[in-house]
Amino acid sequence: GPLRERPLMEVRLGELHTWISTCTFTPQGLLGAVQRAWSSYCAKYIHVKQGGPAGISMLLAGYCLLSYGWNYQHFKRHRWRKYH
Amino acid sequence: MLSRLVLRAAPAALRALQPHVAVGVLHTTRPLHTTQQSLAPVPPLPEKGGEVRHGLIPEEFFQFLYPKTGVTGPYMLGTGLLLYFLSKEIYVVNHETAAAACILTVIVYGIKKFGADVAAFADKLNEEKLASAVAMKNEALQTLQTAIEEEKKEQWRAEGRSYLFDARRNNIAMLLEANYRERLLTVYNEVKKRLDYQVAMQNLKRQKEQDHMIQWVEKSVVQSITPQQQKESIAKCILDLKALSKSAHAAV
Repeated sequence: GPLRERPLMEVRLGELHTWISTCTFTPQGLLGAVQRAWSSYCAKYIHVKQGGPAGISMLLAGYCLLSYGWNYQHFKRHRWRKYH
Repeated sequence: MLSRLVLRAAPAALRALQPHVAVGVLHTTRPLHTTQQSLAPVPPLPEKGGEVRHGLIPEEFFQFLYPKTGVTGPYMLGTGLLLYFLSKEIYVVNHETAAAACILTVIVYGIKKFGADVAAFADKLNEEKLASAVAMKNEALQTLQTAIEEEKKEQWRAEGRSYLFDARRNNIAMLLEANYRERLLTVYNEVKKRLDYQVAMQNLKRQKEQDHMIQWVEKSVVQSITPQQQKESIAKCILDLKALSKSAHAAV
């Protein structure tokens, strides 16, 4: 289909730039995008008859990475070596 | 949002209209089923979720890298990234690393050991819920089925109403006939009694007249016999008797 309606996974790397330019960056648009992403994640990994640990473990892993990123400046002070 | 405004404005607008128009307008101010989707029947849940390798990385990533790097590509990428982060100390090894390692070990061990049992237990719970819902549905279907059959039976019974009415009509006609005949018999008996009475009266009267007349005739005859005639008749009878006895003697 046309570039505007394709989901992100089906956009090729070369077309990424044009795809981003077609997005609406209004608050409603961003909120809608976040909602769509969350509902598609839930539908794929959580609302199934036989889910495994994968559903929440990916969320926890993402949370761990995000919190490491937010506290990176604090961790930088406890490096073992000064020069890398 | 706009529909709510319309709904709030609707009562005031309706009050302004005539009463007999407001009834028809009410149906057009409510938004009903304007979307294409309908919520029922709900599609069933998919059986299995998306494939995830090692519990953390979706399978789509491995498939994405497979054409260019084959099977070991993502693992090489992972190892390279890990070593890069460690060597440049973008990931700093501190006490939290040890804590994370212990926690992860325990979690993985727990999942590997008890995962299947927990999954079976959850499946059993789900199955029980589903079975009870299905049982309710079947019961409702059964009740409705029996209700349909009962209804059909009642309809069949209602068809036989005409026979019932015919039988009842016959019964009533017979009762009427019997009653009529009874009354007819009563009438006949009564009339016969009256007529018999009249006949008996007439007979009695005639008899009485006859008796009275006979008595009167006898009495007058007896009275008319004077003593002179009595003596003469007695003498005549004696003479007759003597003559008879003489003839009887002669015959013997």
